[in-house]
Amino acid sequence: MGLKRYLVTRGITMFGVLMITLLLTIALVGSNMDIILKQGIVFQVRSEITDNPTIAKSFSGPQEFETFVQQKIDERIKILGLDEPWYSPQKIGYTMFKILILDFGNATFLTSDTGSSNVGDILLEKIPKTVLLFTTATIIISIIGILLGAASSSKIGSKTDRLTSAFAVISSSFPVWWVGMLMIFVFSFVYQIFPARATPEIEPNDPGYFVALMYHMTLPVITIVLIGFGTWAYLVRNFMVGIMQEDFIMAKKTMGINKKKIVYKHALKNAAPPIVTILALSLSGSLGGAIITEAVFDWPGMGRLYFEAISVMDLPIIIGSTYVLTVLFLVSIFIADILYGYFDPRVRSNS
Amino acid sequence: MSNNAAIDIKREFAKSVLGIIGITIIAALIIISIVTLITIPTSTFEEWNNPEKWILYPKTAIPIWINYFMMEKIPEHQIITPKIFEASMGDVHTTSQQYLINFEFHDFPSDFIYEFETRYSNSQLISLSVLRPDGILLNLLTAALPFSETETFHMQRIFSTDGMIKKNLIMQADIFNFDISKVSTTNIIFSDTYENKILKGNYAFVIDTYDIKNKIELSDAKLILGGKAFGMMGTDELRRDLAVGLLWGMPLALFIGVSVAIGSVTVGLVYGVYSGYKGKKTDEAMMRFNDVIYALPALPFLIILAVTISNSIFLMIGFLMIFSWVGIAKISRSMSLQIKTKQYIEAAKIMGQKDSKIIFRHIIPQLLPYAFASIAISVPAAITTEAGLSFLGLGDPSFPTWGQILHDANTYGAVAQGLWWWIVPPGLLIAITGLAFVFIGNALDAIVNPKLKR
Repeated sequence: MGLKRYLVTRGITMFGVLMITLLLTIALVGSNMDIILKQGIVFQVRSEITDNPTIAKSFSGPQEFETFVQQKIDERIKILGLDEPWYSPQKIGYTMFKILILDFGNATFLTSDTGSSNVGDILLEKIPKTVLLFTTATIIISIIGILLGAASSSKIGSKTDRLTSAFAVISSSFPVWWVGMLMIFVFSFVYQIFPARATPEIEPNDPGYFVALMYHMTLPVITIVLIGFGTWAYLVRNFMVGIMQEDFIMAKKTMGINKKKIVYKHALKNAAPPIVTILALSLSGSLGGAIITEAVFDWPGMGRLYFEAISVMDLPIIIGSTYVLTVLFLVSIFIADILYGYFDPRVRSNS
Repeated sequence: MSNNAAIDIKREFAKSVLGIIGITIIAALIIISIVTLITIPTSTFEEWNNPEKWILYPKTAIPIWINYFMMEKIPEHQIITPKIFEASMGDVHTTSQQYLINFEFHDFPSDFIYEFETRYSNSQLISLSVLRPDGILLNLLTAALPFSETETFHMQRIFSTDGMIKKNLIMQADIFNFDISKVSTTNIIFSDTYENKILKGNYAFVIDTYDIKNKIELSDAKLILGGKAFGMMGTDELRRDLAVGLLWGMPLALFIGVSVAIGSVTVGLVYGVYSGYKGKKTDEAMMRFNDVIYALPALPFLIILAVTISNSIFLMIGFLMIFSWVGIAKISRSMSLQIKTKQYIEAAKIMGQKDSKIIFRHIIPQLLPYAFASIAISVPAAITTEAGLSFLGLGDPSFPTWGQILHDANTYGAVAQGLWWWIVPPGLLIAITGLAFVFIGNALDAIVNPKLKR
């Protein structure tokens, strides 16, 4: 089985996962969605009629008026296809098709910064910010992690090595959002260095916006890095330790090549495949955690949007952002798979 | 796993310092949990969200042990029970309650409340006075309880802000060298006579109740002296004693973590071993399903499940299991692939043993050490994930967990108000609990996979 075949299988699985995720999401929120949409129609019809007194006057009694209103409501429900239950295959198919072509409809309550209530617009506004925050943090984490990991693997059992391992274990036990709360407490209130809320107050089209965003991003990035780099360093160290015992490194050692050169040039190069794979995976993993982290720091990204949508039950946004989060998640897993398959030929032949 | 292997593992484990630390911490947590379950009545945590229950407690009070480090002692919030003396002279019955306060703080108490319940007919007379450390006796209040012809049950709270107390104090104003008309009653009672400064020492609040004819049936009488420090852990914005919440969170966190870990490891182990043992099409199909679950974004799904289905803690445990068995299934599959090629498995097969018997008798026992390590390692993730969901406000409101305490802290702006005792302890407890399990897991892992032991 070649790499191509491997990728095709993975791709099909991923697409299947995407469809299942969508189906599950719709199944979970579908019934609520219908109720909310129907209430919206009732409200809409009633307000239209009360806004137009001539229609209201043309009825002889309240009975007649009510039947007219009901008739109008039923008409609209039929047009929108809400007369069928959400689980009818036709409707699910239609909903899924619309989501697949990225048409998420309109949000019920939330709007974008520019005031648009189109879910697509809102998501487009939020995604870059989440990607910005978590990519920056992941890049910093991986740089510190790789350097520290390599350093401690070159001196196993040294102070650096033991400190790194201890820090890795301890830091990974703390919830990021709790550390975030402490960081805000210390650096925004006790020492007022960074802002407590990570949403800049300047308008997005202001030229100073980017600088403000960067300044507001500092505290979340520091927090994520602080919690994340220990684990990274530990992983890199363990990969490196494995490689340092391989024959070709031993051979280089006996040849008398400088130890530093062996560690940073030859061993690190060979540890690259698993490291790159984990880089892709950890990026996807942090996206899920974004929901809580962004809620703590009030960072205006996908995570906070998701949290807000959940608290007001804005279903189109919930469905839309679950879809986008899943896609981002799957894309990074897929990239990790490709890299893994590319670097490690055993995967191709074995699976 | 033969008996010998178990003993070996035990011996190896005893050598690991961190493993021992982990075990010690968990033992301590379990003991505290058991003590909590026995000593603190369940009604306390059931009423966690009932503001009525906490009305006598102070708002956002700092833990009292902070006074140990402070030069200027912060006044403690005290709920004092009286020494009661009874006396009868003919038809007149008297009950005297004495509340002794050793006041050694650097600030006036914010207020006091006298609360009591009594059963009487006709009427009763109460009088409130306080004997100060300098020997001065201040009369605070004399009042008659409402008249009733039949026997009634009366519950009353007398507040320090009562206008009558102030009036009575102003009548005794010549004791003080400063103008007391603009000073609050507690600031007068606890003040030095020549200037409005705190007077430290022993105070005795004396409350006498008089009744003609009947004996006095007082119950639940107490004096609450308002302060800014309370309990070992302080209180929150809703006046709740955080020590109670944190203690109750302990058995809950252990329960959630351990049951999710055991559940998911068991499912993952059996699933993976079966898949690996069966091989071929079954294996392929089962691993595809595994891939699907693996690729689901866990947190968004957990949130949707909590919002749409239920946030009951037991269902939550189930939901958490759904997302955490996958990795273990993958690893135990590859392990069972190795084991099934061994000769004794082949032999068992030829002897015609059933698949289920081979799996449960021959393969799974070999994986048990690994399973125990995985259980220990996956506990922290379960605890933090549940805490995270609770932090978002999706926790089970009938069970106060550490995550929910942090959620409340976040909603009431504890960070901005500087209420560190509301934020730090719950998070630390989450981390310590997690850490203890990680220590045990790593120690076990090092024994099970000697490759990592370097």
